[in-house]
Amino acid sequence: MTLNISAIKKDFPIFERSIRDGRKLIYLDSGATSQKPNVVIDAEGDFYRFRNAAVHRGAHQLAEEATDAYEGARAIVAHFLHADVDEIVFTKSATESLNLLCYAIGSAPLGNIFHLQAGDRIVVTEMEHHANLVPWQQLAKRTGCELVWFDVDSNGRLDLSNIDSLINDRTKIVALTHQSNVLGTINPLSEISKRTHEVGGLLVLDACQSVPHMAVDVTGLDIDFLAFSGHKALGPTGVGVLWGRSELLGQLPPFLFGGSMIETVTMTDSTWAPAPRKFEAGVPNMAQAVGLGAALQYLTKIGLDNIHEHEISLTGDLIAGLQDISHLKIFGPTDLHSRGGVVSFAVDGIHPHDLGQYLDSQGIAVRTGHHCAWPLNRKLGVAATTRASVYLYNEKSDIDALINGVIAAKNYFGVKA
Amino acid sequence: MNLDHLYQEVILDHYKHPQNKGLSVAKDVQVHHLNPSCGDELTLNLSMIEGIVSAVTWEGVGCSISMASASVMSGLLLGKSTDQAQIIFDSFLTLMQSKGTQSGDEEVLEDAVAFSGVSKYPARIKCALLAWMAYKDAALQIANRTA
Repeated sequence: MTLNISAIKKDFPIFERSIRDGRKLIYLDSGATSQKPNVVIDAEGDFYRFRNAAVHRGAHQLAEEATDAYEGARAIVAHFLHADVDEIVFTKSATESLNLLCYAIGSAPLGNIFHLQAGDRIVVTEMEHHANLVPWQQLAKRTGCELVWFDVDSNGRLDLSNIDSLINDRTKIVALTHQSNVLGTINPLSEISKRTHEVGGLLVLDACQSVPHMAVDVTGLDIDFLAFSGHKALGPTGVGVLWGRSELLGQLPPFLFGGSMIETVTMTDSTWAPAPRKFEAGVPNMAQAVGLGAALQYLTKIGLDNIHEHEISLTGDLIAGLQDISHLKIFGPTDLHSRGGVVSFAVDGIHPHDLGQYLDSQGIAVRTGHHCAWPLNRKLGVAATTRASVYLYNEKSDIDALINGVIAAKNYFGVKA
Repeated sequence: MNLDHLYQEVILDHYKHPQNKGLSVAKDVQVHHLNPSCGDELTLNLSMIEGIVSAVTWEGVGCSISMASASVMSGLLLGKSTDQAQIIFDSFLTLMQSKGTQSGDEEVLEDAVAFSGVSKYPARIKCALLAWMAYKDAALQIANRTA
């Protein structure tokens, strides 16, 4: 179904403002963070206006309503991912979700299924965002585990040719991104999950770039943990999600200790509440979780398949337009098979910061830099790239503006046409 | 805001034809600075003879602002005493922190006043300062060594 973009845009108040002396805002940086529809802003604001109280405590009506709203948001997230409600842990960000997992695994005692010992192996990929690389890298250092990784090939796809030797019988964890935030590549999970589970490992999926843009059903993916952030999915900042299989969350030790997460406490010892409460110490980011619930309902109403189809169509236009520009290189797959709406590129003779600055002068917001994936940039042989990323509120005219902007920037900086 | 205020001719000229680029073989100190948020990198060699900057050479990858700033700075500081260099450094830093309210003292900063427009773009100030912070670090290391 074709999306009615002008109607969708009306839901996002930011598009009412102008940029750089009266220019129309052309927002092509949703891979960094998405804009927010009124329903999300209102849900967050209304929580504070009408229902604000600390959840899971207090005998008063406000506490009841706040708890209902917060737990209601958990149910929405669970439904969105086709998960059980007790499998949804609210965190402050996807980064925290992944760190929670790393620290919890790192503290698992001997005898716990998560216990790591020196010589065990953790497998990542060369295309990981720092948030799904550095925590594992540091966990490996702390535990004496070996960190190995899948290479990225010249087409921006994972090189799986050595999968059987890379994921060997010492492998305890395989952590990878569902979709690269630089290349747009959507990774083939079934082959990796099959091999991971064959050797008794756990598969952790960074779904920050996929969950907001396509239907993700955790029951169909044969994975063990998944992390995503609220703010990339039209939700507020300050809320992220960790999903884990309930039998795994049950055995995973807690990470943060404090109020809410306990069952009993004495001066010398404590026991833990069942998951997900065990992982949610302290008064959580309640209004933000409620806002995320509203965001996921909004996405569901429009339809994730419709959104994905729309984004792939725009991505096709974007890639075709960029390919028509001389002395421009696209990093990542140029076919639309298993790829999302994130396109990184470089123009000979114009540094990405200068290109980004020029585009900004035209009202076009893109990301420039290494996109928190420094090792991947090194592999690609560039210090930085320019990245355009699309979402449901983008339209063909945004792509045209970007293409024209890049051509005009070449002229402005006097590089080869 | 007019983009030409940011990308003045002087800046684009220095970007395309950088001065003192290419590291000298001899140096008193070498420093390597980077901008972790964007990946810009700069290596700077500094030599001093009796309190005078006798050589500043550099190599780096980065945007036009960071590379042009390294070029302008290297030309500006060459032959200056550490005290004069400090005055120029302070003047440039003040200009960068001026949020577009100052145009810079041309007597002190010469070509570096071309960077006045940068101070209106908060994200680019650290680009313009990359080489200057490298110089400060290098000069401090030499000072500590001789102290």
